[in-house]
Amino acid sequence: MAQAAKLCRPGVIAAYPITPQTHIVENLSQFIADGELDAKSVNVESEHSAASCVLGSQAAGVRSFTCSSSQGLILMSEVLFCIAGMRLPVMLVCANRALSAPINIWNDQQDSIAVRDAGWIQLYAENNQEAVDLIIASHKIAEDPKVMLPAMVCVDGFILTHGMEVVDIPEQKDVDEFLPPYNPPYKLDPKNPMSFGLLGTPDVYLETRYAIQKTLGDVLKMIPTVGKEYQDKFGRDSLRLIEEYKTDDAETILIAMGSVCGTIKDVVDSQRKQGKKVGLLKIVSYRPFPKQAIKKALDSAKNIGVIDKDISLGSDGALYSEVKSVISSDKKISGFIAGLGGRDIKAKTVEEIINLSEKEENSCRFIDLNKNILWEEFKTI
Amino acid sequence: MKEIKIFARAGQGAITTAAILGEALFYENKFSYAFPHFGAARMGAPMNAFLRFDQNPIRLRSQIYNPDYIIVIDPTLIEAEQCFDNLKDNGKAVVAVRENTNINHKQNIAISSLPAEKIAMDIIGRPFANTVLLGAFSKATGEVKLDSILKSVEVRFKSKPAILDKNIEAVKKGYESV
Repeated sequence: MAQAAKLCRPGVIAAYPITPQTHIVENLSQFIADGELDAKSVNVESEHSAASCVLGSQAAGVRSFTCSSSQGLILMSEVLFCIAGMRLPVMLVCANRALSAPINIWNDQQDSIAVRDAGWIQLYAENNQEAVDLIIASHKIAEDPKVMLPAMVCVDGFILTHGMEVVDIPEQKDVDEFLPPYNPPYKLDPKNPMSFGLLGTPDVYLETRYAIQKTLGDVLKMIPTVGKEYQDKFGRDSLRLIEEYKTDDAETILIAMGSVCGTIKDVVDSQRKQGKKVGLLKIVSYRPFPKQAIKKALDSAKNIGVIDKDISLGSDGALYSEVKSVISSDKKISGFIAGLGGRDIKAKTVEEIINLSEKEENSCRFIDLNKNILWEEFKTI
Repeated sequence: MKEIKIFARAGQGAITTAAILGEALFYENKFSYAFPHFGAARMGAPMNAFLRFDQNPIRLRSQIYNPDYIIVIDPTLIEAEQCFDNLKDNGKAVVAVRENTNINHKQNIAISSLPAEKIAMDIIGRPFANTVLLGAFSKATGEVKLDSILKSVEVRFKSKPAILDKNIEAVKKGYESV
């Protein structure tokens, strides 16, 4: 991931260490120290400062990169909204990790889900190859003069950040051809002074939000186009709204984001061998949310199971709620909360979710609960 | 697909072991996926590293519960972590042992044990058993060629010439010791 960020030639990198993100920016700092990357690495005292720093450098017209996880991302959240509101295409890699308390360094996706409303493009990688591809490809969308919105590539902490597998790292000259130097339509420049993020009174604020919403609608159309351009150049279709895995004739379709999709694909294959018509709908672009593509992909499905590695406490899983809002009422849909705080999602877990999806509807069912450690009155659930 | 589970304490190089092995298998045109699992996330705490490898890309992202092979880097974990319990029938274990190490295990598994820490002390001057065990793994299982391990170790330590040669020797000694 550090290699991918380096290939995009960022001019400023600012980050604050937090597990499991740290070694990405450590590697970038090493590239700078070794003279392999011509960028300024800024040591900051917190994630709030890291985000503020890349906001400033991007506003000054410099491609900027940061990285965070969990509490760090949440500490950044104030600034994340500002970055989108100022229409600055900062690139952020989120190494997905659970939120405190209790403190937990392991993977779930609550951190990025918690900032989903900030106006950022959010893409989720299934494996390290996709992480590389999405980092490079999403720059092109974010920096398009018609878009000018930040992008967050979400990678499951430890599972991907500490997972080592062979990936194809594109050549610098090819990336340079694909991604021209950052040339923003506006920037901080003493010769042409302008201000960013000024007071937006009730007369204009609503329109700023409308503009971001419209742009994210345009991004929905651009993702397949830029994805095709990336595929033509690098041979992989990693940048896409969704991936449909054996959904064509599937009666039961699971929906998920991130690395768990790999495990689900293995289970789909083994269940298909037993004659069960199951499939996977992988969401790559969570923001913007591809409602029409999802609706179309679920056409054949009778039963839908949505896996959330997050929960909107007091309601349901985030992905479940959004998928439910777009599908027709004749389909059965259930939501499952799994893998929170690093609880391992095994093939067996996925099989159980498929089985439960075919039974009565359930909006928010926790999977693999250990009832022995629950309070007495909760054990009957 | 084959699965390997490595038992170690944080700081003993289990992740490096999995990474070197994964890369060695890549040289033999296999796909591999190496990953750690931390418990307490502190130096000295028991932890595992895992490796899956196959002719096809690895998609499964869960931890490994019933490995085909295990590698034990720290002999004190054999009993504490019940290392052999979930090894598949006909599975193989490559285990670092000390003079007083007791190995009790179920039937139908093959154990290759060697004084890997002592070998590492003699060659490298520090008790890092992992590269010794990689050589032993190659010989004991036949899953990966010694040359591939050596090439992978060379790539891994190329920026540290002072320890490269010693680790190459450690791998070879491990290979000869089982």
